[in-house]
Amino acid sequence: MNEYNFAYLDEQTKRMIRRAILKGLAIPGYQVPFASREMPMPYGWGTGGVQVSAATLVPEDRMKVIDQGADDTTNAVSIRKFFERTAGVETTEETGRATLIQTRHRIPEETLTEDQILVYQVPIPEPLRFLEPRETETRKMHALEEYGLMHVKLYEDISQHGAIATAYAYPVKVEGRYVMDPSPIPKFDNPKMEMAAIQLFGAGREQRIYALPPWCEVVSLDFEDHPFEPSKAEHDCDLCGAGDSYLDEVIVDDAGGRMFVCSDTDYCRGRRAAGHVGAQGVPYEEGAA
Amino acid sequence: MTPLLQVRDVAKFYGPRVGCRDVSFDLYPGEVMGIVGESGSGKSTLLGCLAGHLAPDAGEVIFDTAVEGPRDTLRMSEPERRMLGRTDWAFVHQHARDGLRMGVSAGGNVGERLMAVGARHYGDIRSSAIDWLGRVEIAEDRVDDRPTAFSGGMQQRLQIARNLVTGPRLVFMDEPTGGLDVSVQARLLDLLRGLVREMGLSAIIVTHDLAVVRLLADRLMVMKDGHVVETGLTDQVLDDPQHGYTQLLVSSVLQV
Repeated sequence: MNEYNFAYLDEQTKRMIRRAILKGLAIPGYQVPFASREMPMPYGWGTGGVQVSAATLVPEDRMKVIDQGADDTTNAVSIRKFFERTAGVETTEETGRATLIQTRHRIPEETLTEDQILVYQVPIPEPLRFLEPRETETRKMHALEEYGLMHVKLYEDISQHGAIATAYAYPVKVEGRYVMDPSPIPKFDNPKMEMAAIQLFGAGREQRIYALPPWCEVVSLDFEDHPFEPSKAEHDCDLCGAGDSYLDEVIVDDAGGRMFVCSDTDYCRGRRAAGHVGAQGVPYEEGAA
Repeated sequence: MTPLLQVRDVAKFYGPRVGCRDVSFDLYPGEVMGIVGESGSGKSTLLGCLAGHLAPDAGEVIFDTAVEGPRDTLRMSEPERRMLGRTDWAFVHQHARDGLRMGVSAGGNVGERLMAVGARHYGDIRSSAIDWLGRVEIAEDRVDDRPTAFSGGMQQRLQIARNLVTGPRLVFMDEPTGGLDVSVQARLLDLLRGLVREMGLSAIIVTHDLAVVRLLADRLMVMKDGHVVETGLTDQVLDDPQHGYTQLLVSSVLQV
């Protein structure tokens, strides 16, 4: 025996993880404990997301892995290779063709459909953690819906910065019940979470899985006089000219030069292929980097 | 008049040891009750049992709730009891650090109870926080400072503001002046007396400092070895102690 079982994990483990996923889908936003396994990568590199993906993959799936929106960073490349090798599934960089997308810190710009599953890698699943260090107490607070403390964090933001300065991992309330950490996605992506695709969240080190079924109500917390605002850099993409996508700021020299580019590389590539050119862009050529 | 709090035969044991037993009393609206006794006499245990922090082994603690009238808090569900704990009740800890969030600004500390009961308007929360800081003599420009930057006396006053902001009807205080120097103690007592009278609060104050109860309490309960040995009006108990232990306690006060 020198072959891996399909998608690395043994079938009993997948069964256990699938049970946790189903429970998570039944109670949207609730953190389901699960027996996280050791994976052949360090904690913090997506061990939770990988386990959820492994338990969800079927041989017919086409998989896409993104890291901060990009298909070509270390984390994305190595996880994609991992599943190519252990599951033999087809992989793709195109959002529209993928059936399962594992993501770290972004939701793709392209609208996802009901045929797709989005798997998030989650470092700290507990939204109340930095305010209340005791796990026994945070569980009780979730159970009893005592979420005043979450607003204390937002209050502190406004009192120190004049506005809600939390820009990522912005807490949301799911279906009017559980307060949930959406993983460190920018708050720009929060409104997108009410979507047609199933969203699964895996935290390997913290041993928690939670989930959002399609079209779940997801409300970003705010104050009446300081409403939630999804924010992005006030700029268009310098490569493809998009004005509606989330942008990364790239320093290009040591003289203050910078450019803003789409963080979603597939979205940017697709727009350039369709003939859009940004302020610093050059016309798109097939195969050019 | 219905008592605000009726305590009936409350007992708490730590294994074979007695925490407190056979404690019964009524507390009427607007009344301040002092509980004195030496260390280990069970007064903090009793306070913990009344405030729902500890589960007593026997007895009833009947609180006159605003909506449903008198109810036994020990038989309430936990969500109900915790709701009481942040609306009608307040608990002032001996060490301000136990009652405050040290990583959160003074304004956030005061605002937390408001947000916990559903306040969602930043401007309103902030103005009532500033109002309450003013009432406990903390300057408005300290509203965004963390309690770690405050002196012990200020921390204690901040804790009091944080507790009173939701307008509780019953305040539990565990040695509110412990660990403060005498001049700060005097100011804090003055402040507390003013707030209690002004808001018509009922309070149960546990202390070993007889001066505190002389100033604040209408009635006094003296505890020893988990039992109540003497009760009565504060002045009556302090000026004419009947029980041997109370006589010892009163005569032990140092005269300057």
